[in-house]
Amino acid sequence: MSGSGVPAAEFEVEEVLLAAQSAIGGQQGPAPEMLQVLAPDGTKADGLTAEIAGEVVDFAPYLAATDAAHLRSLYRDMSLIRRFDQEATALQRQGQLALWVPLTGQEAAQIGSGRALQPQDYAFPTYREHGVALTRGVELADILRLFRGVTNGGWDPRERNFHLYTLVLAAQSLHAVGYAMGIQRDQLADPSLPQAASVAYFGDGASSEGDIHESMVFAASFDAPVVFFCQNNQWAISVPAAVQARVPLARRAEGYGFPGVRVDGNDVVAVEAVTRWALDRARSGKGPVLIEAYTYRMSAHTTADDPTKYRLSGDEQAWQPRDPLVRLEAHLRAQGLADDAFFDELAAEARAMATALRDAVLSMTVPDLESRFATVYAEPHPLVQEELRFFQQYEAGFADEGEQA
Amino acid sequence: MATMTIAKAINEGLRASLTQDPKTLLMGEDIGELGGVYRVTDGLKRDFGALRVVDSPLAESGIIGTAIGLALRGYRPICEIQFDGFVFPGFNQITTQLAKLRTRSDGMLSAPVVIRIPYGGGIGSIEHHSESPEALFAHTAGLRIITPSNPQDAYWMIQQAVSCEDPVIVFEPKRRYWLKGEVDTSAPTGDPFSAHVLRSGTDATVVAYGPLVPVALAAAAAAEEDGRSVEVIDLRSISPIDFDTVTESVTRTGRLIVAHEAPTFGGIGGEIAARISERAFLSLEAPVIRVGGFHMPYPVARVEEHYLPDIDRILEALDRAFAY
Repeated sequence: MSGSGVPAAEFEVEEVLLAAQSAIGGQQGPAPEMLQVLAPDGTKADGLTAEIAGEVVDFAPYLAATDAAHLRSLYRDMSLIRRFDQEATALQRQGQLALWVPLTGQEAAQIGSGRALQPQDYAFPTYREHGVALTRGVELADILRLFRGVTNGGWDPRERNFHLYTLVLAAQSLHAVGYAMGIQRDQLADPSLPQAASVAYFGDGASSEGDIHESMVFAASFDAPVVFFCQNNQWAISVPAAVQARVPLARRAEGYGFPGVRVDGNDVVAVEAVTRWALDRARSGKGPVLIEAYTYRMSAHTTADDPTKYRLSGDEQAWQPRDPLVRLEAHLRAQGLADDAFFDELAAEARAMATALRDAVLSMTVPDLESRFATVYAEPHPLVQEELRFFQQYEAGFADEGEQA
Repeated sequence: MATMTIAKAINEGLRASLTQDPKTLLMGEDIGELGGVYRVTDGLKRDFGALRVVDSPLAESGIIGTAIGLALRGYRPICEIQFDGFVFPGFNQITTQLAKLRTRSDGMLSAPVVIRIPYGGGIGSIEHHSESPEALFAHTAGLRIITPSNPQDAYWMIQQAVSCEDPVIVFEPKRRYWLKGEVDTSAPTGDPFSAHVLRSGTDATVVAYGPLVPVALAAAAAAEEDGRSVEVIDLRSISPIDFDTVTESVTRTGRLIVAHEAPTFGGIGGEIAARISERAFLSLEAPVIRVGGFHMPYPVARVEEHYLPDIDRILEALDRAFAY
C-alpha cells in the first residue's frame, strides 16, 4: 500500500477521505464570500463591506472600536482562553477531569462573537464555548466543575446571561429561539426595556440535527431576535463538514428567509464586527441572522478522540498559518501596537491563571448523593422524599457498623 | 356550579390561567384560529391575541424547545401536542432538556412548562391517534404527570399544572372530551397529585385513571349485583402516584385490580403492583392483577373494542382475584 514514503496510516486516511468525497458527490457549490478584516499575515483592511441578502452592508460602525487597546484586549482574551484550554487538557491527562473539550483554533470565533454581546443579550452555548464564557465573565474554574463530575451545570446562568452547556446537540438552539420570543413579548409589554437578542451557538456537526431546522423555522416565522452562530470547525469528531452540508452552511439561511453570512472564523476583528451587526439587526426587530464562522478545530474533538485516525497531519498543518492568535500578534507587532512587555506580562498573567485554576479544580467540593434528591423537583415530591428517607437510613446503617467496630 | 364537558372545562381552566397570569401563553399546532383539532382552545386566540395563543409551526420538538426558552425568560408556556402518537418528535426535548433543567442547574432554574396531550383510544381513529404513552414519561424523573377523568378535575387540574413550578404533562382522555359534569369554579379539587376514592367498597379495590375511570365505576356497579363491594380509586396523578391512598384502601379490601389502556408490560399497573406488594403484602388476599393493553402496537380501529379494557375485562379480573 505504501512504499512511496507516505506513512501507511496517513495513506489509508487519504484513501478513506477520497472515497468519502466520491460517495458524497465531491465538491460543494460555489463558496460564498468570506468576510475578513485581518489577513493571516497580520495585515488589516481599512474597512469591510459586503452584499448580504441583496443589501450592501457597510460594517464601518461595527469596526469603530478596533483601536489599539481594544485589539490588545481581544488578544488577551484569546491568549488566556488558549492557556485555559491547555491547562484543562493537562488536568484531564492527569486524571483530574473526566473529559475535556478543547477549543484551540476557535478562539477568534468565540472571543469575537462573545465580545459583540451586550450584557442584556443571552447566549446559549454548546459544550465548547469556553471563550464565550470568558467574555461573559463566567468564572473559568466553574466551567471545569462539569468536567470534574461535581455538577452538570456549574454557574448561575442568570447572573451572566450565559446558559449552561448543552451536550445534546442543537437542543439549545430552540431554547435560544424561545428565549428570543420572550424578549419580543417583554419589549412589547414594556418598550422602555433595553433591546436585546439571544445567540444560539452550534457547530457544523449539529447543523444536521432536526432541532437546528426547527429553530430556524420558528425564528423566521416569528422574526425572533436571535443570532445563529455556527462555528464550522470542519470536523464533527471524525466526519468532515462536507458530509453535513452539500452547500456552504451560511447559504442555508436563504431557505429559511433570513440572511446568512460566512466570516473568517479565525479573524477576531471580522467576527466581532459581523456579530455586532447581526445582533444590532436582531435587536431592532429585523429578525434572525445565521453567521457561519469558518474555522478549524486544531485539536481533538475531546480528550478521548484521536484525530490521526481520520485526518491528515497535512490538513492540520495547512491551518497553522491561519492561527487566530498568530495573525493578531503579527498585526500588533507590525503596527507597533504591542511590545514584548505586553506579551510577557500576558504570559505571566496566563501562568498565574493556570495555577489558580489548578488549585480551584483540586479543591472542588464533591457533593453527596443526598443533595441530589433536593434538585429533581421544585416542589415536594413524595417518591423522592420516600427514597431519600430510605437512602439516609441505609447510609446511617453503615455509620452504626463503624461505631460498633 | 355549571355543567360542562371535559373539553369545555379545560378551555375554561386555560381561560382562567390566561386571565390571572400575563406570563402564561399557549403554543401548539392549529390551536389558534381553529381552536385545536378538538376545539379545546376554541375562542382563546380571539380573546387573548396571537402573542398569548400561538399557532406554531408544525414541529413538536420546536414547540417544546421554544417553550423551554420562554420559561427561561420567565414565561409559563402551555403546549398542546395534537395527538399522543405525535409527541415523539418532542421526546428528546422533554426528557433530556425539560425534565433535567432543574437538576442540571443544581436547583437554580425551574421549567414551569405544561404539556397537554390528548391520549387513549376508543375513537375509531387511524394509526398514532389512540395511544397511551404515559409510562414512557413516568419513568423520567423531573416530570409530573396528571390525568383528569371528569370536568371538575379537568377545570382545576389544568390550572394547578400551570401554577406548578415543575414541568407537568397533562394527559387528557380524548374519548371523554364530551363527558359532561358539574364544575364548581369556586372550589379547587385539592392536591392535583393525590388520588380520589370515587366509590367506597369493602371487598376489592379497582384503581383506574383517565378514560377508564367511568369503565371502572360501571364495573363496580355490575359487581355489586353479584354481591361484591368494590372500591374505585381515580389515580388522577401518574407521577407522583398517591400510594398512601391506594395502600389504605387495599389494607381494607385485600384485593387490587389496576386498569389502564396502556400495555401492562412495563406500565403503571406493574409499578403499583410492586409497591402495594411491599406495603400491604399481609393484607392481600390475592395477587395484584393488571388489566390493560396487550404487548402490541395499538391495533387497527376495527378491532380496538377487543383490545381496550372494558367492564367485562375488569369483572374477569375481579373473578380471578376472588377465586384465588
